Amino acid sequence: MVDTNLVLAVQNVTKRFGGLIAVNNLSFDVSRNEVMGIIGPNGSGKTTMMNLISGALALNEGTISLNGRYISRLPAHEINRRGIARTFQLVRVLPSLSLLENAMAGMVFGHQRLWGEQARHEASKLLERVGLGGQQNVPATALTYIDQKRLELARALAAKPEVLLLDEWLAGLNPTELQQGIDLIHSLREDGITIILVEHVMDAIRSLCDRCLVMAAGAKIAEGRPQEVLSDPEVIKVYLGEDI
Amino acid sequence: MDILITGLLLGGTYALIAFGLNLQYGVARIMNLANGEMIVLGALAAFWIFIADAISPILTMLIVAPLSFFGNWLIYRFLLRPLVRRAKNQGQLEVDSILATFGMAFALVGVMVSIHGEYFTYSYLAEPFEILGETFALNRIVAFCFAVLIGAALWLWLYFTRAGMAVRAVSVSTEASGLVGINVPQLSAIAFALGGAVTTMGGTLISTFITLDASVGVVFTMKALIIIIMGGVGDIRGAIVAALILGLVETAVARLIDPGLTLAAAYAIFVLILLFRPQGLFGRKPS
Amino acid sequence: MTSADVKQLVWGAILLALAACVPLVANGYWMSIALTIAMFTVLSTSWALFSGPTHYISLATAAFFGVGGFLVGTGMSDYNVDYWTMVVIASLAGTVLAFLVGLATLRLSGVYFVIFTLGLAEMIRTLVSWIQNNFTGSRGLYVLTDLGEVDIYLHLVLVAAFVYLAGWWIARSRLGFAMRIIGNDETVARHVGINTAFSKVILFTFSGFVASLVGALIAPRYTYIEPNGVFSPELSFIVVIMALLGGTGRLWGPIVGVIPFALLQEYINANYSNYSTLVLGIAFLVIVYFLPQGVLGRLEQLWAKRRQSTW
Repeated sequence: MVDTNLVLAVQNVTKRFGGLIAVNNLSFDVSRNEVMGIIGPNGSGKTTMMNLISGALALNEGTISLNGRYISRLPAHEINRRGIARTFQLVRVLPSLSLLENAMAGMVFGHQRLWGEQARHEASKLLERVGLGGQQNVPATALTYIDQKRLELARALAAKPEVLLLDEWLAGLNPTELQQGIDLIHSLREDGITIILVEHVMDAIRSLCDRCLVMAAGAKIAEGRPQEVLSDPEVIKVYLGEDI
Repeated sequence: MDILITGLLLGGTYALIAFGLNLQYGVARIMNLANGEMIVLGALAAFWIFIADAISPILTMLIVAPLSFFGNWLIYRFLLRPLVRRAKNQGQLEVDSILATFGMAFALVGVMVSIHGEYFTYSYLAEPFEILGETFALNRIVAFCFAVLIGAALWLWLYFTRAGMAVRAVSVSTEASGLVGINVPQLSAIAFALGGAVTTMGGTLISTFITLDASVGVVFTMKALIIIIMGGVGDIRGAIVAALILGLVETAVARLIDPGLTLAAAYAIFVLILLFRPQGLFGRKPS
Repeated sequence: MTSADVKQLVWGAILLALAACVPLVANGYWMSIALTIAMFTVLSTSWALFSGPTHYISLATAAFFGVGGFLVGTGMSDYNVDYWTMVVIASLAGTVLAFLVGLATLRLSGVYFVIFTLGLAEMIRTLVSWIQNNFTGSRGLYVLTDLGEVDIYLHLVLVAAFVYLAGWWIARSRLGFAMRIIGNDETVARHVGINTAFSKVILFTFSGFVASLVGALIAPRYTYIEPNGVFSPELSFIVVIMALLGGTGRLWGPIVGVIPFALLQEYINANYSNYSTLVLGIAFLVIVYFLPQGVLGRLEQLWAKRRQSTW
């Protein structure tokens, strides 16, 4: 019996880089319209896990499925067309394209295949949505850091994804920008998107996430609601070290 | 049997040329397509000096080595370093260095052709020598022995001296090397220069038993490339094995099928390697 | 279509019409040069359609050009097939070869791609030479037609029109957009659903098709086809130099490099033929150190600076 509420299933996934095991037999499920946070100290394998889901890296063992179909061995562009979009840890806008074109990029090649006037119209609306309205023909390189992040988000949303991967999207923002960012992500929930976010900013985790997964050294050490997970002594030990 | 030993002798000499390119590409990260022209320069020098004064090419080799070292150091410092500084990423540096070294290669060929356009060869130690009941040309054996000597010296330097270790570190990671206090630009220049010197020495050795002309450099560049890619870039062991294989295959094809197909055979190996195992026999698969 | 698009089409049509009128004013010597320029314009422009956006330097042009010329030669000489049928066959063969090579080289990047394409062209050359020497017996192949230089020139102008139209169309299409994105950031390109491999193969196949078509069309000029002639590696290098010299940023960039360099080559070959290789070398060095974006790129940089300074 297929669970239609289950959007993404990660099962026993392992990723090795030579002798280093970056992701170690990790399993977790993500339900529809859920916001799942992945947290853990630096080097715990969070971004690698994101890369495995989006297809940027190939896994060594295990499977990943979207809506019951395997995506684990598919190329990144195919995974995108199936409905997964992402932002990157180090923001990657397309420098020689305008803002409008950056946003359009997400919708031209995905499952929607929009083009021409319709694509420009939709892209324009998206730019407004993320707070970049009115700057359509500005070159992408002229943007501030948070605006670049907004642009990347617009590009990801342009794909009308089922699952949105946000890799430390809230990093490097000042308190005002952070609040704006959190509000923006909140508003995405209303569109029915399922979100997986990798974060270090605990306030964001607490206010946004339904559930949380804690990774350390590639393995899962806790899973559950943010309050439970963040007060788990194992989790605290992993972040702050042993009691002296 | 004859094929086996001749092939190995040839391969051994090829290995020396591959070492040179390995240093230049593996450490200095410059794909030096003018590599073949360094070989021809070394060969020309041996030819002229031998014809003029009957001085042994081995002695010439010892003279041209420091000259080549200095010349290549100058090339790196003034022609290639600006490209390294200018490039925003490794990909762009590769493209730039390909174009620049093509330019150098053509310029060198152009100059050499106008100075000495014809084929050149000379007779040095062209006597028979017996191994295991079969006769071989003494010059090939001598060339092989010196190639082994130089190769061994190089290997010892790389693995048993501090400078050598620094060079190996840079070939693994330029960034990390910089972080541990290695002067990467200076070491890259030295590696490039050393690579050029080794290549030129290989050229003088090869000239003892092969007829060359000013434009044949590109063939040697291709062979050196085939060897280092087949063996895995930066890998000395791999380069040796690959060079021996190439020497064997070439000799076998020349004797058993047709001498006209040696080049095609070499390219065929290359194409197959790039298609099926681009990291080389000993390289690690990129994740 | 925007008004800018229409303007481009009109300009293109005018210039091509002018090009077609050249035979009316050119005498034998200049007609010959015009023919060479036409050939290289088509080769360089189609080369730039692939190598411009991807930054992959392909040296396979000689392989496809050679296949085109050689098949026409052997088809007419050894098998008595008529010229135009051979042109079609040769172009198809070149296209298939380009497609296979394109697929094979996808995983390669940078240096490996350059060397692979160079090695491939050389391998085909030595193989064809060897087969010819040992099997078909004939040393050279004769291509005897009624076509004169003017006819061949007009054929090439037609192909040029086709290439420019294709380039114009690609730039406005999804494929062009995809190539711009790939040129900016290939990882992002893959993550927005672009099948980067497929896009590259299509463009590479197209440039291979054009090169083999040109090889076939120009065969009657030489009348006598020899493997070392049609598969000349120099051809690949010259095409690269011309395209980079002009600048690959714009569709009409390469022709800016073709015309002066072709004229320079004429001059050098006539007076200092020993130095032609040296000239190639110097050209590469000039491009790398002084004109990395080509003449057009440099002009556009200067133009942008002037506009900034007037503020």
